[in-house]
Amino acid sequence: MTYPSERHRESGNSVVLSSVSTLFQMRGVTKTYVMGEVTVQALKAVDLELTAGEFVVLLGPSGSGKSTLLNILGGLDVPTSGQVIFQGQDLTAAGDRVLTRFRRQSVGFVFQFYNLIPSLTARENVALVTDIAPQPMHPREALERVHLGHRLDHFPAQLSGGEQQRVAIARAIAKRPQVLLCDEPTGALDFQTGKLVLETLAEVNHELGTTTAVITHNAGIAAMADRVLTMRSGAITTDKRNEYKVSPAELEW
Amino acid sequence: MPTLNQKLRRDLLHLKGQVAAIMLIVVCGIACLVTMLSAYDSLQLSQQTYYDRYRFADIFVQLKRAPDALAARIAEIPGVQQVRTRVVVDVNLDVPSLVEPAIGRLISLPSSPAPVLNDLFIRQGHTIEPGQRDQVLVSEAFALANELAIGDTIGAVINERWQPLRIVGIALSPEYVYEIQGTELFPDNQRFGILWLDREALSTAFDLKGAFNDVSLSLTPDANPDAVIFQLDQLLEPYGGLGAYGRESQVSHQFLDNEIQGLAVTAVTMPTIFLGIAAFLLNLTLNRLVSTQREQIAVLKAFGYSNLAVGQHYLQLVLVIMLGGTGVGMVLGMWLGRAITQFYTQFYHFPLLQYRVEPSLWLTAIAVSGGATLLGTLTAVRRAVSLPPAEAMRPEPPAQYRPTLLESLGLQRRLSPVAQIILRNLERRPWQAGFAILGIAAAIAILVIGRYFEDATNTIVDMQFRQVQREDVTLVFNEPLPSRARHELTQLPGVLRSEPFRAVPVRLRFQHHAELGSITGLEANRELRQLLTRDLEPVSLPDAGVILTTSLAKKMGITQGDSLTVEVLEGDRPIRMVPVAGLVDELVGQGAYMEIGALNELLREGRTISGAYLAVDAAQLDALYAQLKETPAVASVALRDRLIQGFEDTVGSSLVVFTTVLIIFASIIAFGVVYNVARIALSERSRELATLRIIGFTKGEIAVILLGEQALVTILAIPLGWAMGFGLAALTSQAFASSELFRFPLVVSTANYATAAFVITLAALGSGGLIRRQLNHLDLIAVLKTRE
Repeated sequence: MTYPSERHRESGNSVVLSSVSTLFQMRGVTKTYVMGEVTVQALKAVDLELTAGEFVVLLGPSGSGKSTLLNILGGLDVPTSGQVIFQGQDLTAAGDRVLTRFRRQSVGFVFQFYNLIPSLTARENVALVTDIAPQPMHPREALERVHLGHRLDHFPAQLSGGEQQRVAIARAIAKRPQVLLCDEPTGALDFQTGKLVLETLAEVNHELGTTTAVITHNAGIAAMADRVLTMRSGAITTDKRNEYKVSPAELEW
Repeated sequence: MPTLNQKLRRDLLHLKGQVAAIMLIVVCGIACLVTMLSAYDSLQLSQQTYYDRYRFADIFVQLKRAPDALAARIAEIPGVQQVRTRVVVDVNLDVPSLVEPAIGRLISLPSSPAPVLNDLFIRQGHTIEPGQRDQVLVSEAFALANELAIGDTIGAVINERWQPLRIVGIALSPEYVYEIQGTELFPDNQRFGILWLDREALSTAFDLKGAFNDVSLSLTPDANPDAVIFQLDQLLEPYGGLGAYGRESQVSHQFLDNEIQGLAVTAVTMPTIFLGIAAFLLNLTLNRLVSTQREQIAVLKAFGYSNLAVGQHYLQLVLVIMLGGTGVGMVLGMWLGRAITQFYTQFYHFPLLQYRVEPSLWLTAIAVSGGATLLGTLTAVRRAVSLPPAEAMRPEPPAQYRPTLLESLGLQRRLSPVAQIILRNLERRPWQAGFAILGIAAAIAILVIGRYFEDATNTIVDMQFRQVQREDVTLVFNEPLPSRARHELTQLPGVLRSEPFRAVPVRLRFQHHAELGSITGLEANRELRQLLTRDLEPVSLPDAGVILTTSLAKKMGITQGDSLTVEVLEGDRPIRMVPVAGLVDELVGQGAYMEIGALNELLREGRTISGAYLAVDAAQLDALYAQLKETPAVASVALRDRLIQGFEDTVGSSLVVFTTVLIIFASIIAFGVVYNVARIALSERSRELATLRIIGFTKGEIAVILLGEQALVTILAIPLGWAMGFGLAALTSQAFASSELFRFPLVVSTANYATAAFVITLAALGSGGLIRRQLNHLDLIAVLKTRE
């Protein structure tokens, strides 16, 4: 049996080898918030391309614009000016209907505070997504991937923080998204648990070839990425590729 | 604490939707309370004042004929304070504006004015001048209905002659506050009226000179009414006394009292429902507010605000809602109370029906709403008070969920995650879900009981006027006539069929029970007048024995096969034992039936009839009416179509108003419950719902999750509300079961159930729509960053 994901994986692997396929293109993206009488420029003419299968870490202090960037990538927000193209589809001026479909089919989100549905078990939290996705994996498979095959029928309140975050990852990948966006995924976790969660993310990226973007202000995480972006005051200030990726187990912070 | 008050103001503003919904419910509850209690006070006071000032009698009796001298002996009965003897006769009237004949009750007025019992209030004109035989006073209701004015003339068949009477005044009597002839349900003021004439004129015309045929008397404060009635009956027996009775059996008083007591019951039940629901919603709202403001409470306490101040702050919030609602409710209630009191003047005729609101009513309203507030919010306020500041700084522990009952039965595989969310949320707070269901069910029950009155009266009309009384016209003769008179009836224009009857006043005795009433003798072979069981099965008349209405049998503790004592109250007044041969169900009045020949035999008379039921060709009705108007032998004519139409005119229109008010009330309840519960669920779960939106759920899909819960609550409430409504209907029916006047059949139509469900569904959809709009404004990005 061939899963659609296996085709993805092949194409993902091929990225590393030769032909680079562009997943996201951002050109001159600015985002301005008007808050009462104050105007805040959260993004200033950002250009960015993300290629399929990349593991990107986005670093920067609070207010540097990384969350805004992630929100625009994830279809939660649209830029004030500039252009955002996802696999040839222009998201710049998309309405709620298009953005919802985009999130539903192509994006997986992992939040700092997990945001699981408290009234649903681990399996059901995943099923919630697989029910509405076009070609999902089985909820059990998604949970086994994050090593929670033995906690299928536990409610969030019965799981530790690390376990909850892994359920959130399973929920995010179960739809086989093209991109996985993680906003401070270890922010609420202790060191050891945080590393476990990062290992899971690395595994998913490796095995499924899902483009993964992690935003964090924890510089220690950068070593596990293919590519590290640094932001400051609404602009990308550095963009470098890691020669050697470190496995999450070896990270220190 | 001016700053804390500022917070209060903003919190109220922030919760404006919920505050408005709860306030509306309080407004309804208090408006209901004030409306009903003020109408109750006003009616009762008007009744009391009227009765006192115009000396409404305590005991009443009709008789055949007694000499004036007997009055002195009646006055000697211990306990009797004042006696009034009168001549009272029902006759056919010719009202110029009416095609059909009307019935006039002619009542004698003393020739010289004196403070008598059942005195008259003269609204217009003057009383009869002594010796003026053609002068007449007419009752206000009759005058208004027929647009009669002073100076007009109406014709009456008096002493077998048509006689014109000139109206000199318009009057009211405490005896006819509810102006009704006999056992009808609703007054027909066009076709029944009271006319007061000079005693001399009346007694001469009806061969009662120096005599009377009606007595009313008042009692001393320490009198024993039963003893007076007993002695009065004994005294009047030789004079054809028809049995004395107290106010409780006086028709006008009975209707008025029923109405006043009904107001008192409604004044308790409806506000209880409304304020109970308001208390429940306040409880939900305040509990939620205390949860979301945990940190704020902690900060206030950390800065040195006392527990008392914090408690006061939250209590003030709910008091603003409650007292605001109470204030509006009182104003609305006064307006409605005035309107309803005014509305009563259509049916109940007082010289002055003054609307008044007792000062104590304000205190009652405030106490009731304050009590409901405290009851509803005590737990939430206590939570705010007892929250230790350090604990309050920490977020609330996460909600605990369990597998639902359905799941423990192994049925979870059939349910989608969305259905699981809905069910588990309901099961996590069974009390809250239960109260929400109960609240909506109460709204449905209010609708069902409101429409029930219409269902019941429709059934009464259908049963009584279409199944039981199929005749078009009922004729009653002045005096019983030989049965050959029936052949003359068929000669009348348009008469297709005539069925004679014999009606005789009796006192029925069984064990210690005694009831005044009449036995109606019917032919065994009938088409017009039916005797039916509850299931509309015809009952055939036995050759001997009496058939009783179930209501009368029940009241007297009689079962089929018992023998009861019949004391005939006319003629030779024989007393006989008669077996009860069967029971029939009738909704109006209570009576007894025999085969007409058997009744003639019981009375030791020949073939005699008191009147007849007629089937008439509709095309010739007018010709028949014209002739009947001037037929001296006919004392009264009852027209079935007029009865039905009169009923539909008066009751139909008032039911529309009544039903509309109830629909508004019930919709407010359903709207308020659904809106508040959903709004709180939205506040509790906005993070969860926003998360779902982020991971790709559409607005419609998350609306299903949030509102599905309310939909389920509403769906569960519908059958419960139906059952509660039916229960209330059963109680109402039970309350009227022993009434001498009429009974309310326990019939709730499918249309009634359907309407109730429809109205509630609409109200629920309306509030769901509002919540749905708020869902559209969910802040998706904020959720990513915050931990609740």
